[in-house]
Amino acid sequence: MIEISKATENNYLLISVHGEADASSSIELDRQLREAFDEDNSKILVDCTNLNYISSAGLGVFMSYIEEVNEKAITFIIFGLSDKVSKVFTILGLDQLLTIKETKEDALAEIDGL
Amino acid sequence: MKLKPTPKFYLRASLVIGVLLWLALTLLDLLRVYADTSGVGMEGVSEKTSDTLEALFFIAFIIYYKLRIGKAESNNFVDLIWRVFAIGLVTTITALVIGLFNDSIEGSKLSENPFIGKFLFSINELLISLFLISTFVVWKKLILYQKSKRLLVWWNVFEVTIYASLFFYFTGLTFQDSWIFKTIYGVITLMGLLLSANLKWVAYLNFKQKWKSILLILLITIYLFYFFITVYVDPATDETFATIGNLFIISLFTFLMFYSLFSLLVILFNLPTSSVFEKKMEEAINFQRLSQSIQKGENENQIFDVLLNSAMSAVYADAGWIEIIRDDNEPELRTRNVSRANITAVRAQIAQSKSRTVLKSPLERSSENDRVLVMLRKSNFRSVLIVPLEIQGNISGYMYLLNELSDGFNKEMINIINTFVSQASISVENFRLMGEALENERYKEELNIAKSVQRALLPKKLEHDTCFDIHGFTQAAAEVGGDYYDTFRLSEHKFAVVIGDVSGKGTSAAFHMSQMKGIFQSLAQLDLSAKEFLINANTALSNCLEKTSFITLSYFIIDTEKRMLEFTRAGHCPTLYYSKKEDSARFFQNKGMGLGILRNERYENFIEVNHMSFEKGDILVLYTDGISEATNEEQEEFGYDRLKNLLEQNYHYDPVMIQKVAISKLYEFCGNKDLNDDYTMVVIKFR
Repeated sequence: MIEISKATENNYLLISVHGEADASSSIELDRQLREAFDEDNSKILVDCTNLNYISSAGLGVFMSYIEEVNEKAITFIIFGLSDKVSKVFTILGLDQLLTIKETKEDALAEIDGL
Repeated sequence: MKLKPTPKFYLRASLVIGVLLWLALTLLDLLRVYADTSGVGMEGVSEKTSDTLEALFFIAFIIYYKLRIGKAESNNFVDLIWRVFAIGLVTTITALVIGLFNDSIEGSKLSENPFIGKFLFSINELLISLFLISTFVVWKKLILYQKSKRLLVWWNVFEVTIYASLFFYFTGLTFQDSWIFKTIYGVITLMGLLLSANLKWVAYLNFKQKWKSILLILLITIYLFYFFITVYVDPATDETFATIGNLFIISLFTFLMFYSLFSLLVILFNLPTSSVFEKKMEEAINFQRLSQSIQKGENENQIFDVLLNSAMSAVYADAGWIEIIRDDNEPELRTRNVSRANITAVRAQIAQSKSRTVLKSPLERSSENDRVLVMLRKSNFRSVLIVPLEIQGNISGYMYLLNELSDGFNKEMINIINTFVSQASISVENFRLMGEALENERYKEELNIAKSVQRALLPKKLEHDTCFDIHGFTQAAAEVGGDYYDTFRLSEHKFAVVIGDVSGKGTSAAFHMSQMKGIFQSLAQLDLSAKEFLINANTALSNCLEKTSFITLSYFIIDTEKRMLEFTRAGHCPTLYYSKKEDSARFFQNKGMGLGILRNERYENFIEVNHMSFEKGDILVLYTDGISEATNEEQEEFGYDRLKNLLEQNYHYDPVMIQKVAISKLYEFCGNKDLNDDYTMVVIKFR
């Protein structure tokens, strides 16, 4: 099960992910991200504080946006990953391609620093 | 040779014995007449002998008819009655012929011949007896139709009493002057009367059969009456002749008369209601047809046709149709007595009509399930009943029943329709479920094929030389999985070992796994470096993996001559390495990125290649994340530490044993939980 909420804060879109991103719920994750990208948001923050588990399908969803982030020069920051989830990102090497921050403050600092 | 008597034998034997007894009886009577005329005494042969012969004769024929009629397991009542009637007819004709003969010889010398008179009387008696007995056996069959245990007991008592009365003559008592005779007769009559109330069979006759039965039973009653007068001699008119002194005959007559009269009356009174009963029978049969309608080669439409036909005949509808909704297509129509144009017209009328009654079904919640009764004004049909067909919880169609009369459907009819519709729905549901089951069976079959194909993709033999032992193990959660391992001998002392995991599970993962196998087997032949291998594999996969899929790999080149390892990690879970010298295990910390994540030249920037030498006794454990991420019931992961400890404790075993211990520990950890991922493990131990 996954629950995704979206909120526009200041100059960025905040996407909060709750629950588990497994094979079936990843479809919802992809739908929400697609929507955010299609709305031409230039700054997107993904709050994964409450993401308990991510399967390879879930990782595949994040992976599929990497190219688009680079092409459109979108600021796409993931933050609040739990140790377990963070490790999965790292093993796959996604941390080298996505901007991953520990906390929301770090993420916001990253935006401001731009 | 031992002969085993067949029922046919008994049938014939009883007939022969009966006839012989009759002949003996006739002979005796004739002798008696002779004795009377010639004055020779017959003291040696008493009246009792004659009576005993008569009783035995009756018994023989009772047995004969019981075997003959009782055997015929026919529920065709008219047929049974017809048999009785036929015997009666023959008897009557014979009696008439005898009567005519007697009349014709009236006054001649012949008529004074006592032998002829006696002989003819004897024949007549035989036939009447046969008629009585056959009637009795048939009436018994009718009374005992749909018998209860109690009725059977009653009947048996009655029958035994009747048979016992055969031997009543031993007492020498007569009806006229014995109260015992009268009492027993009264009791038998009363029992016969009570038993005569059992007329269940009448209900199962249709209208035509009832008429036939009335006619036949009426004639049988007349016969009975006529025969009774023939046999019975009024004591007032002729006191020299014995009146019916035989309790058996008089009781039998009385019972047979009663039952005939009762049947006549009951059939007569049942005549007007027989159409209702027939209708109900037809409904029951239709209902049965609906529930049985799925047979080989039949399909849903046949069920709908049966439904429409039975529903229409049950409620006297003049026309009707069924709309079957299938997917998004135009509803399919099954029609009767109504044209397409007419349907459109009726639909339009229904939409306009203000006179509509919604009949809520107490079991259904949504308004979709309501039956609707609509009255029309301008159409040739005046009333319409619309019944939704609910199959597997969805409304799968509607049945429209049309009647040319207004108010053509009553509550009773709607109830019948409801039963028909629900039965048909169950039939269709079963039919569909059966179809689905077959389809699933087919998919399973396909998956089994996929499984064996994938099995064949995994190496049967792992390449190695005397420098190391290697063992691989894999187990898929579903029929097919996305885990992959393989080896290739690059040159005499160089071996490539690969382990991979495709993102996702099941069939799609299995397809990518087979692609990976192709890529590995092709590229390995080129004897590329680990880095070159990954770059080429990434390029190849970039063109065939869908956007959200990727493959993780660990790629090892073992050089047994230099005793060196060259390895690289493409996003795969870290390899576990046990060093004999340090007596400890550790996970490689090398960086890397999964194949298919970055689908351009930049990928090579993320490849890290490592080199190291190995010692004797060192162990390399390659695995997939199914193992490290396996969880128990508390959602706790098996994790890296357990894996590391396991290896440190079991390093002294050979690769096969190390794998076995690891996997059994893993299962132990997971408990009864089902596998939720593919498990693969490759263990290499250096020598």
